[in-house]
Amino acid sequence: MIRHLLSIRDLDPDGIEKILATAASLADVGSRQVKKYPTLRGRTIVNLFYESSTRTRLSFELAAKRLSADVLNFSASGSSVEKGESLKDTAQTIEAMGVDCIVVRHKSSGAPLRLSKWVSANVINAGDGMHEHPTQALLDLYTMRQHFPSFAGLRVAIVGDVRHSRVARSDVLALQMLGAEVTLVGPPTLMPPNASSWGVELTAEIEEVLPKIDVVYVLRIQLERMEAGFLPSLSEYSRLWGLDSRRAALLKDDALIMHPGPMNRGVEVSAEAAELPRSVITDQVANGIATRMALLYLMLGGEHSVEASASA
Amino acid sequence: MRDVLLKGGRVVDPAAGRDEVADVLLRASRVAGIAPEISSDDADVVDCRGLVVAPGFVDLHTHLREPGREDAETVETGSRAAALGGYTAVCAMANTDPVADNAGIVEQVAAFGRRAGLVDVYPVGAITVGLKGERLAEMGEMATSSARVRFFSDDGRCVQNAALMRRAMEYARTFDAIIANHAEEGDLAAGGQMNEGDVSSILGLPGIPAEAEELIVARDLALARLTGARLHVPHVSTAGTVALIRAAKAAGASISAEVTPHHLCLTEDLIRTYDPVYKVAPPLRTKADVEALRDALLDGTIDCVATDHAPHTQDDKEREWDAAPCGMVGLETALGVVCAEAGLDLTRLVERMSTAPARIRGLSGHGGPLNEGAPANITVFDPEAAWTIDAATMATRSRNTPFVGRELKGKVHHTIYGGRFTVREGRITNGQG
Ligand SMILES: [Zn+2]
Repeated sequence: MIRHLLSIRDLDPDGIEKILATAASLADVGSRQVKKYPTLRGRTIVNLFYESSTRTRLSFELAAKRLSADVLNFSASGSSVEKGESLKDTAQTIEAMGVDCIVVRHKSSGAPLRLSKWVSANVINAGDGMHEHPTQALLDLYTMRQHFPSFAGLRVAIVGDVRHSRVARSDVLALQMLGAEVTLVGPPTLMPPNASSWGVELTAEIEEVLPKIDVVYVLRIQLERMEAGFLPSLSEYSRLWGLDSRRAALLKDDALIMHPGPMNRGVEVSAEAAELPRSVITDQVANGIATRMALLYLMLGGEHSVEASASA
Repeated sequence: MRDVLLKGGRVVDPAAGRDEVADVLLRASRVAGIAPEISSDDADVVDCRGLVVAPGFVDLHTHLREPGREDAETVETGSRAAALGGYTAVCAMANTDPVADNAGIVEQVAAFGRRAGLVDVYPVGAITVGLKGERLAEMGEMATSSARVRFFSDDGRCVQNAALMRRAMEYARTFDAIIANHAEEGDLAAGGQMNEGDVSSILGLPGIPAEAEELIVARDLALARLTGARLHVPHVSTAGTVALIRAAKAAGASISAEVTPHHLCLTEDLIRTYDPVYKVAPPLRTKADVEALRDALLDGTIDCVATDHAPHTQDDKEREWDAAPCGMVGLETALGVVCAEAGLDLTRLVERMSTAPARIRGLSGHGGPLNEGAPANITVFDPEAAWTIDAATMATRSRNTPFVGRELKGKVHHTIYGGRFTVREGRITNGQG
């Protein structure tokens, strides 16, 4: 297994499949409940969050605890970071504590990669700037896999602020690696620069895309994008690219609606659309725990099989 | 002081139209003779066979950081680095703290340079007070001070206001000064962290499009036409800027331009490491830009190489990419990079490193011709020597070089400043020459 997960590029298709399969066996398929395992007893995992994210931090914390690891939460506010301690200083402090794994969230793209050069612990990127959020992509794949047997030829549209989205970057890489076809939908101001080099389809016409796809993945639109001049107004965005129930009706019967959360209901997705039966947004949250458990398990747990750990 | 006899070197002196093996005799601070065979009983004879003897290099773009950031560099440490790089003159940029926007600071920097005594340090004056881009600095006070400033730039910042830039150009004409503008349109570049393109798109770093540079260069070329000013375009980094300069020169504009060693060989792909040692302004661009810059340096569209030597402390540089400052050190590696990467013959090499920058800045004591009576500002180098830089042993106080581990070609053996060795056998002489 890989030493660090900084980008989806650190994985190959087999590696992704192994994580998804492990996540499935860690979750109790019947109830979708996740059991507790002793695998990481005595191991210490630090959640190093320079950017507040209750959801992702809690998801990692629960995942670690269900594997019986010790978890330390280190948030940037109120710590030495506010007093000017550098990332490198913090890394070395944590290193000196003998930590096994650092889960890092940072507002600067590339910070987890830099951190990984300064520590011997495993590093997991829990979201860095506009770069990547690889564990989100893994849980998204896991969620899609619950409904579609294969990614080959699966058609996924990612709608919205791709330019500023680390989720989109990781999802596109992961989906392409597994053979899915990705279309990015939204106004050109929110598409990434040189998007043609991504090997994806690009369009501003959401209604032409919706009938053809298996998954519509809606990204969060932040108010600051309007303030920075990327959009005239949120209401115009909503009118032209928002997923409401009328647009959702254009989807194929078995198509999924996904969103990385937290949602701005009424902006990128309407409350009705988010609550349609085909919406798997709450499943994504639950699947995050199993997927992150699988990742921690494979990165830190060594060669024990899930079954052996369970009976230990 | 004993005479010095540089024996058997290949004298490459474009200003004199000379490229031949000859002996060079130095007496006191001046060249006393150049001839195929000079003998002397009491001179300090230096075997220069296999080496190039050239006018000392001149850097139009050096950040010496003093006053204000003596932890990153001082005039003295920067002067040592310059001498080791074969330089005998450097132009110290104005973005110090306090800013070199008045006679007092430029005189202080010049005095630090004299005290170090290793190269001529020519302070660059700020165009605007505090580099704020709001009102003109007292260019006249700086020009008439003992530092005799003839070069103005807000480098590090771009003068965004076109009307202010126009006034600066008009005003600079009074002193026959050159004026340089760090070309980066502020709104297009706002928040930018690297070149905008395929790599920034993948890395999730906000981009600075090539057009941010090209818009300002196009504007400044138009303003130079309007005002008749002597515009110098610093650190050209894009193929588009090359095209603008080429067209302006073809139309007869009296402008000049420089390129840095790093822009002649490094590309944005290096930033995939997120290592801020590759963070620089203007940013590293694409392979196509690098090729256009090399062609432009070769054909003279770009007049000269300038280092943009920009020291930063390890603490400042070893941060997250977006928190780290821009800049690379370059004085000690410039020759090694240019010989290895630029594809210039020796005459062009010396012209671009010495003759042209001395001419642009109007330095009669530098850049040759090394005729009898000329000041003995000379560098002796081996253009074929392969070597690698060891960051730990550099003379600059900072360590932010992107060239560690890279094979360089072309090494300085001796630097002679005002008739004295500042560097001998590749080592600083500490005034013992
Ligand atoms: Zn500059």
